[in-house]
Amino acid sequence: MQVTSSVRQPLVTGGKTYHDVTHDISRQVEGKPSLLWFLAFLTAAGVLALGAIALVATLWEGIGMWGLNKTVGWAWDITNFVWWVGIGHAGTLISAVLLLFRQKWRTSINRAAEAMTIFAVICAAQFPIIHMGRPWLGAYWALPLPNTFGSLWVNFNSPLLWDVFAISTYFSVSLVFWYIGLIPDFATIRDRATGLRKTIYGALSFGWDGAAKTWMRYESVSLILAGLATPLVLSVHTIVSFDFATSVIPGWHTTIFPPYFVAGAIFSGFAMVLTLMIITRKVFKLEDYITIGHIELMNIVIIITGSIVGIAYITEFFIAWYSGVEAEQYAFINRATGPYWWAYWSMMTCNVISPQLFWFKKIRTSIVATFLLSLVVNIGMWFERFVIIVTSLHRDFLPSSWAMFYPTWADVGVYLFTFGLFFTLFFLFAKFFPVINMAEVKSVLKSSSEKVEK
Amino acid sequence: MERDTHFVLGVYDDEDVLLHAVEKVRGSGVKIHEVYSPYPVHGLEHVLGYKRSRLPIAAFLFGMLGTSLALTMQFYMMKFDWPMIIGGKDYAAFPDFIPVTFEMTVLLAAFGMVGVFMVSSNLKPWAQPRIFDERSTDDKHIMAVDIANNGSMDLAKIKEILKSSGASEVNEKSFE
Repeated sequence: MQVTSSVRQPLVTGGKTYHDVTHDISRQVEGKPSLLWFLAFLTAAGVLALGAIALVATLWEGIGMWGLNKTVGWAWDITNFVWWVGIGHAGTLISAVLLLFRQKWRTSINRAAEAMTIFAVICAAQFPIIHMGRPWLGAYWALPLPNTFGSLWVNFNSPLLWDVFAISTYFSVSLVFWYIGLIPDFATIRDRATGLRKTIYGALSFGWDGAAKTWMRYESVSLILAGLATPLVLSVHTIVSFDFATSVIPGWHTTIFPPYFVAGAIFSGFAMVLTLMIITRKVFKLEDYITIGHIELMNIVIIITGSIVGIAYITEFFIAWYSGVEAEQYAFINRATGPYWWAYWSMMTCNVISPQLFWFKKIRTSIVATFLLSLVVNIGMWFERFVIIVTSLHRDFLPSSWAMFYPTWADVGVYLFTFGLFFTLFFLFAKFFPVINMAEVKSVLKSSSEKVEK
Repeated sequence: MERDTHFVLGVYDDEDVLLHAVEKVRGSGVKIHEVYSPYPVHGLEHVLGYKRSRLPIAAFLFGMLGTSLALTMQFYMMKFDWPMIIGGKDYAAFPDFIPVTFEMTVLLAAFGMVGVFMVSSNLKPWAQPRIFDERSTDDKHIMAVDIANNGSMDLAKIKEILKSSGASEVNEKSFE
């Protein structure tokens, strides 16, 4: 049964029936993994193992392994942290905000995007934890527990502590949201399986039976979770931007940071979703579910958020000039023309100019162009954080303490470690979990049409 | 309570046929045990006559609990238990407490609501659901009618009603 409408393109192409949806998605979980999957998984695991050397070295020797110095006390690690958290914004945005706006095209991509969110937040969390130096002693210091020296509490005036609450809430609520959506699909796999797989997916499906009453509650829970997750997703990157905006450092101390960071997060998150989905649809042959229409819609979100980010860059520059504050003005001149000019102009090219290419319909409906531009956007967004953090710090208030930041192999290696972690988790997810939300795709298969063809 | 064990199952292929069928079947006096679907069918809960879920109320209450816990915790720690001047601010720097309060509100609302949902729908890893028809998680809507609960009605009559309401198959199912 296939949706046809005189107004809109169908969300799922290829004349799929309900059973086809079940079969196409469950097939990935039930079949033997392909050679391509094995190669991809082993590569990711290899990168993880390689990066683990740098991680162990950092934990063994201490943070001195990194390229930080007295002037630049925050650089590569926090850049990676903000970059990963930013990527982690698209999933919940897609599933929560687009659910509230009743955007039915989200159904094909929300599962994988949410998985990406969860894995990206796991990667992001590595950096502050490693930067504690001795995380086995330090990780609990961030929690509101009375410490062993008395009842000195954590400082609730600090945005770094707000971050602990924001990131851990975001992670756990996203995880719950994702899992609730997975339960009906695990039940589908359970009912198709036998033996051990039936036992495992039976336990994962929590005894789901698809009763109308349970579906009613499920819909209610999804809606409320979406309503909670929408302000949550905005709050998380707002609070991440507070880490900078509340400190009195030229280039950081601006009120534009929260909306600017949130737009940047959505921008980079959608780019990463596109990178992953273009690969996933190809490897798992899901072209009928993740169509050019989906890719085009995501590219439109990228144009919008990319333009917001571009306007924010220009506004920052303007305000630095208009404020008349010399230190602020110098920070921005130094960004564009100082020793890190190449990072600044990489950021400008990748984030402001390149997404504007999506105004051309030919480019935003081309898979190759979208894939390449999604990589460019992610590189650009990494440079954005690097520029904001390092250029504001490396020439501080006292010219005698001006310094440069150079990453060491341990900096690069720990970043590599998180890449390995991210892709290892994503490939495991893609093999063992249904990558597309079957129940939700089925629910939009018919409803958006005027007539149904059998 | 003894579990009901004998059911008549109506199998429906299409959600719109199902919605009309539920109205028809209920209209002719047959009590429906439950309808099992592979995906949420909008309006099904209305034709089945289910009351609106009260989960949003649970979410609100848990959210309020989160708000009050967070505020109590922060005021107690920062103002009463160990007051310290930080950045020249008041001990009870209320605006600074808002982010953590917001996060804890969301956290408790989400987890509380999901917890209530799990308990009320009997969702747990070791649950053994009664599967009426395995196709109900694939592509069929299964309407289960409890024979014992429709005692006054003849079995053949129930089957006839289901058939005429648009069911593509009518089966019987018994559990041990």
